[in-house]
Amino acid sequence: MSLVRVTDLTVEFGGLRAVDGLSFTLERGAALALVGESGSGKSTVASALLGLHHGTGARVGGSIEVAGTDVQAASDGELRRLRGAKAAMVFQDPLSSLDPYYAIGDQIAEVYRVHTRGSRRAARARAVEVLDRVGIPDSPRRSRSRPHEFSGGMRQRALIAMALACEPELLIADEPTTALDVTVQAQILDLLHTLREETGMGLLLVTHDVGVAAESVDDVLVMRHGRVVEQGPVVGVLGAPAQPYTRELLSAVPRVDAVRAPSQVSDEVVLEASGLRREFGRGKRAVTAVDDVTLTVHRGETLGVVGESGSGKTTLGRMLVGLLEPTAGEVRHDGHARVGVNPAVQMVFQDPVSSLNPRRSVGESIADPLRARGERDEGRIRERVTELLERVGLEGAHYQRYPHEFSGGQRQRVGIARALAADPRVIVCDEPVSALDVTTQAQVVALLGELQRELGLALVFVAHDLAVVRQVSDRVAVMRRGRIIETGPADEVYDHPRDPYTRQLLAAVPALDPEAAARRRAARRELASA
Amino acid sequence: MNGFGGFLMRRTIGTLATLLAISVIVYVVFYVTPGNVAQITCGPRCSPEQVHQVAQQLHLDDPLYVRYWHFLQGLVAGQDYSTGTSVEHCSAPCLGLSYQTDQQVLSIILTRLPVSLSLVFGAMVLWLVLGVGTGVLSVWRRGRLTERVLTGLTLAGWATPVFVIGLVLMIVVCGELQLLPFPQYVKFTDDPEQWAWNLLLPWLSLALIESASFARMTRASMLETLAEDHIRTFRAYGVGERSIVGRHALRGALAPVIALNANNFGSAVGGAVLTETLFGLPGLGQELVHAVSVVDLPVVVGMVLVIGFFVVLANAVADVLYAVADRRVVLT
Repeated sequence: MSLVRVTDLTVEFGGLRAVDGLSFTLERGAALALVGESGSGKSTVASALLGLHHGTGARVGGSIEVAGTDVQAASDGELRRLRGAKAAMVFQDPLSSLDPYYAIGDQIAEVYRVHTRGSRRAARARAVEVLDRVGIPDSPRRSRSRPHEFSGGMRQRALIAMALACEPELLIADEPTTALDVTVQAQILDLLHTLREETGMGLLLVTHDVGVAAESVDDVLVMRHGRVVEQGPVVGVLGAPAQPYTRELLSAVPRVDAVRAPSQVSDEVVLEASGLRREFGRGKRAVTAVDDVTLTVHRGETLGVVGESGSGKTTLGRMLVGLLEPTAGEVRHDGHARVGVNPAVQMVFQDPVSSLNPRRSVGESIADPLRARGERDEGRIRERVTELLERVGLEGAHYQRYPHEFSGGQRQRVGIARALAADPRVIVCDEPVSALDVTTQAQVVALLGELQRELGLALVFVAHDLAVVRQVSDRVAVMRRGRIIETGPADEVYDHPRDPYTRQLLAAVPALDPEAAARRRAARRELASA
Repeated sequence: MNGFGGFLMRRTIGTLATLLAISVIVYVVFYVTPGNVAQITCGPRCSPEQVHQVAQQLHLDDPLYVRYWHFLQGLVAGQDYSTGTSVEHCSAPCLGLSYQTDQQVLSIILTRLPVSLSLVFGAMVLWLVLGVGTGVLSVWRRGRLTERVLTGLTLAGWATPVFVIGLVLMIVVCGELQLLPFPQYVKFTDDPEQWAWNLLLPWLSLALIESASFARMTRASMLETLAEDHIRTFRAYGVGERSIVGRHALRGALAPVIALNANNFGSAVGGAVLTETLFGLPGLGQELVHAVSVVDLPVVVGMVLVIGFFVVLANAVADVLYAVADRRVVLT
């Protein structure tokens, strides 16, 4: 009997069909990835397996069988006995997925007691045991910590520990590493791999990241608009995709080993920073976010700044634009020292949703920099905004529309148009594509490249994704703990990294080729034990 | 300075500054308020000479800053007051003498404060139990008849004036059923049992009104918490609804309840005028209203300072409770 058997599953929310005629099986001990872009219905499927749509007003059709339970026909009590005991779920954002008010050990113990009716003491002991199992150091003491006292990676380990508490037959992991840094992601994926080897539990991995899937599973199911596009062994589907959409998806994934055609870089320095330093807080609580950073950006060039969360890359970007004053050091623009914001250096922000005012039309948002420069002629403003909208691949008629009417990629295009409005010479892009799907990401990256060639822009591209940074950058600076630890031409840094940290970062990037992934996993184990 | 000691010190300094500012504002407001204070104090049948004498005696003709300076002096060092026939010494901290009765303001407050605190403390316990209980129940039974009935009741409670509930309670419980005597304030130190029996109806009528807003607040913030991701986690792990509502959602909803409670407690100490009047309780609120109507400045200032003190105190306690309820909160 299969561990999971889903036949002709449909899920409808109101009039919207999120999942449409999906069928698949997962054998005991096997691993399957549901891969798709946002809105493909992959998370909806994951929730349906645990009957989480019961009582939410969603209409679920077809049949779902998980670990011998008919989820569609099961009573509330039967569903509760399935959830956590036979099939456990790990969620994307480990901070919001744990109750902030209770100790982590208590939360795991609570879940354990629900299913085993064991004593409080036994449940607590079990919590410490599973926390230890997922690699939380000093687990008896750390089990008394609240979630906010854990780092992102440790929180995700704690959630996995909760999943392990009752020794489930199936682990459902919904984007388990999306919120994590690349080195932490590799650790969590390796942990899942090891746990699977040891416990023999089945894994259903839900992810938008083809690389993560290639690292972790035997079979893959590519979803789009709630339907199956292609399914089969991971080597076959990712190695020789049969469907055009799968091919499109794969080609959009940035490769960390791809060499890029260089930009036309001139010798003219448009932006330089020397000895930049920024502290937050005072006294004993002072944190140095950026420490002694010196860099130059030439006309027509892209400088990639790559680093993990907390490395200071965003703080650096903000200082370059003038949104933050440096504690020490200076930013020079075209050879002049600069204080405050300057129209010649613009910024594109990470989150295209929150960086646009939801109550103003996108045209008005794009017109802001023009008005700030003193343009008063409404006709000219209108004309320029229309031109900008068309330039970034939108329509002039979009002037009156509001941000919520656009998709994520379109909103980021609006953000780029707004940055262009001031005729900048430099654009600092802070994680401009990290909130976007890979195919959209590829389009936005292509747009930035086009604009750069056409307008001779210099770009500072701040991102955590090593592959994206390689795809766009002429030169790369690797940041760690506020300092640039390695800098140089992109090909050199990626192909011949000198700093051990850069090497560690590059080793953690998921490979698209499953065989390569297995090799790299072995290499990481060596790196870790060394 | 960090930690709890630092928090206490910063709070104490902040409280003193707030109270000083309040006293200045009250002085200025009364100074610019039209009306002849000496005439009001002396009474309608006073001759112009008598009125003039009263004005002199009360220093009403002095400039504002001189009068305020006297007030501060009294507060720090004590003050001697001439009442026409004798000189009365008022030792520090002296809040002055009532224009009306020549009684020391501090002693007026000290006789009335226990009444107000008795009323508000008891009512607070009741409104927390009733309000939070109703909120939890209506969340637990959400979408069913129970919730709709409770929502209707709390809305009605919110809209009903306290004297209506109080009167109905008194007529039914004391009049018709004769279960309790008509309330009369008995000191706690004299007879704790009688104290409680006599305060039962005032507590109930104040609490019933207040509990409505607690029920609404509890319900709203629990529903908000229920929509959060960590609730989904526990659902996905088979944790039952009782534990999800009673343990996880309620805990997440505590912070706004604590805040609301601090606010309501603080304002009820001096603001439960209707309840006090209805049940004949000689509390602060009643006295304050009377003092304002006869422009008895020292009494008003003293009262306002005491009430302000309790508002600030209630909020400081709330901040400590926040930090206890949510470990992420750092006291500053």
